[in-house]
Amino acid sequence: MNRLTSVSELNRLHKDTAAKRGPEKPTITICQGTGCKAYASQEVYKSLEKEIASRGLTEKIGLRGTGCHGFCEQGPMVVIFPEEICYCRVKPEDISEIIEKTVLEKKVIDRLLFKDPVNGERISRESDIPFYKYQNRLIFGKNRLIDPQDIQDYIAIDGYKVMANILAESTPEEVLEQVKKANLRGRGGAGFPAGIKWETTRNAPGNEKCVIVNADEGDPGAYMDRSLLEGNPHLILEGLIIGAYAIGAEEGIIFLRQEYPLALENINLAIKQAQEYGLLGKDILGTGFNFDVRIKRSAGAFVTGESSALVTAIEGNAGEPRPKHLNTAISGVWGRPSNINNVETWANVPVIMDKGVDWYKSIGSKNNPGTKVFSLVGKVNNTGLIEVPLGTPLKTIIYDIGGGIKDGKKFKAVQTGGPSGGCIPEQYLDMPVDFDQLNQIGSMMGSGGMIVMDETSCMVDVARYFMKFLKEESCGKCTSCREGIHMMFNILEAITEGKGHDEDLKLLEDLAWTTENTSLCALGKTASNPVLSTLKYFREEYEAHIKDKRCPAGICRELITYAIDQDKCNGCGRCQKLCSHEAIEGKKKSPLSINTDICTRCGVCLEVCRFSALVVQ
Amino acid sequence: MRQMITLTINGKKYKAEEGQNLLQVALDNGIEIPHLCYHEKLTPYGGCRLCLVEVSNRKKTTMTTSCTYPAAQGIKVETDTPQVRKARQRVMEMILALAPDSPGIQRQAHDLGIVKPGFTVESDGCIRCGLCVRACGELVGLNTITFACKGAKRKVEPPYDEEAKSCIGCGTCVVICPTGCLKMKDLGEERRIDKWKRVMEMKKCTECSLPYIPQPQVEFIMDKALEKPPEDWFQKCPDCR
Repeated sequence: MNRLTSVSELNRLHKDTAAKRGPEKPTITICQGTGCKAYASQEVYKSLEKEIASRGLTEKIGLRGTGCHGFCEQGPMVVIFPEEICYCRVKPEDISEIIEKTVLEKKVIDRLLFKDPVNGERISRESDIPFYKYQNRLIFGKNRLIDPQDIQDYIAIDGYKVMANILAESTPEEVLEQVKKANLRGRGGAGFPAGIKWETTRNAPGNEKCVIVNADEGDPGAYMDRSLLEGNPHLILEGLIIGAYAIGAEEGIIFLRQEYPLALENINLAIKQAQEYGLLGKDILGTGFNFDVRIKRSAGAFVTGESSALVTAIEGNAGEPRPKHLNTAISGVWGRPSNINNVETWANVPVIMDKGVDWYKSIGSKNNPGTKVFSLVGKVNNTGLIEVPLGTPLKTIIYDIGGGIKDGKKFKAVQTGGPSGGCIPEQYLDMPVDFDQLNQIGSMMGSGGMIVMDETSCMVDVARYFMKFLKEESCGKCTSCREGIHMMFNILEAITEGKGHDEDLKLLEDLAWTTENTSLCALGKTASNPVLSTLKYFREEYEAHIKDKRCPAGICRELITYAIDQDKCNGCGRCQKLCSHEAIEGKKKSPLSINTDICTRCGVCLEVCRFSALVVQ
Repeated sequence: MRQMITLTINGKKYKAEEGQNLLQVALDNGIEIPHLCYHEKLTPYGGCRLCLVEVSNRKKTTMTTSCTYPAAQGIKVETDTPQVRKARQRVMEMILALAPDSPGIQRQAHDLGIVKPGFTVESDGCIRCGLCVRACGELVGLNTITFACKGAKRKVEPPYDEEAKSCIGCGTCVVICPTGCLKMKDLGEERRIDKWKRVMEMKKCTECSLPYIPQPQVEFIMDKALEKPPEDWFQKCPDCR
């Protein structure tokens, strides 16, 4: 491939590649994201390739391995275009039937369709599945249309067109003005307006400026940024180039989390291809703009997602935050003005510049324009990555997209914002989810983690879990964060073990105040949120643990006992066989009982009992 | 010479060099701010969080560590508000819990009205202020020790927790340690710093045969000193020289 040297050459390539794809051509897409790969989607891809070749259909049927579609629990996902028929949990042995029936005869295979866990209905079109129906996938939707390892695929769907037009026709000031007007807020957590940050870096003294993609996603259970980098790396590069042009930077750094091998592979390939096509490097598309990108892998610490710790990590030091009076936008890596934005923020830029500010602002809520990708996990029927306009009520997310709580249980709380977010109780289910609203009720947006909990979740245990995570992930520099979180964890652990005291709650509140108010960086300043929010909304659970030595949700091992309902047990002996401590006594075929002195309350019996005979007290 | 600016501390105006750290400005003007991880000869670190003050810059007021905040024209600093006092007390409580037996820490805690912390933690007496790490790197120029691990497991260690081979036994770390948890022992022919797993042979005075300086320190000085002492300088101890 020769380097593209002008915008018209890119347009010509776009026409050629788009024509080759053809909207009517039957195309099978299969997700090759990390989630589906775990379900052996590579095998399915290989089978598809083989089957198509053996039938001599290579010219007639398109095959594309795409990035993550979001509905990972149903993987491997296969979508057949143009009808958009969606098959879930496809296995290699289903392939010949899919090609025979669906692709050639245009018939739907019922058993592979998505089955709605709520009403049992089978749904054939991808966009009719409730999980997708209520979403608005501005950023994430393109994942399913392209092969992330092929730049031509991205160019075929208008990729790099916006960037080319901007470089050729707009001034950096105009771009900056647009982003400011669009009020794009940073998707990494704090929601700081990206335009203002860009302007600060642009106006900061110093010629060598730097734009950075923060891809050090560390929240447990969240993988929005990974899926974007894996599934559509060119979108992020395009956003980054536009940003660099507006800011006046010639160097870009992608700070990528250590644990993301596929994202690394795809973004590396994307950079290489963009360089070959002349979309990165010197004199991009003959416009005279120079910009190149390199990758720096993170050292695998949660705290390096914090901007100043990220800067120290890029410089090669241990990732510890720096004093905050110096803004990284003015003095970042090696003292250069550095504009750091999260992956998703950069991905929003080409969309805004393409569709315009007014259109962008029409989506989302007041002061919170656009969409946000969330990682919806926990006790809901449908889990995965979802993209909804900001301001979408929690109810829509949990009940319409998520399909409600699993097994008909009762909703208890939703934890947003990752480990330093808060738990939101039922009374706020109608609340629109945006940066400001979440902050108001003591949680935060964070990078978009959303963990749904039902009545079987113990809120003290949840707070303990997050404190354990933060205790290990605090860098340890500030006394207040290091010791404060550690102490809160110790207290919470004692409470869950039935060793809590009355004065513990006061002490927890004191420690939370200290950690929040006297720590340096956002990790310490927000670390108390899980404790404070659970104390605020679920205080009675804490009190039950401390005063009555009882865990209402039946989770904390030291505070519960297992028993067998003598009326329900028929003595099948299944639990007896699996109990590794031989705590279940009695003869087969007559009701069994548990010796509570030996029982370790591991819960295996509860899981395996088919007659609901086990009771947690 | 850097530009002089005027700032306000506790309602009174003071002059200071622009960019100088607020803690030093306050100390130079006789305003006491408790501090532990700060030393005027070392780069400010901002780890102990004791020297918190309230800084108002334009419309924004934040509580921040004075040792890392640069003096700037027109800023207003409050060193003794109820909020600041409360924060310092709470932080001091944590520090005291880490080093309950250290007289130095006990004294500082007492000054803030803390006698006994409301909780106990497992501790080796080190408060992770990092003075020893910075002193070894910036004053001695050796970087023998460093912080290892993160979170509550954070500790000061020689690399890979093996013997600190580059340690010359100068004792700077021991002198600067505010808690006294670092110990150096002179046992006749050898000097030991157990925390750095370091044992050094002592050089004896040819006159009085008193072991008086660790051998590695002699080599270090002979190698690095800008003005080299005479070849036989370390043959005799300072008393016999």
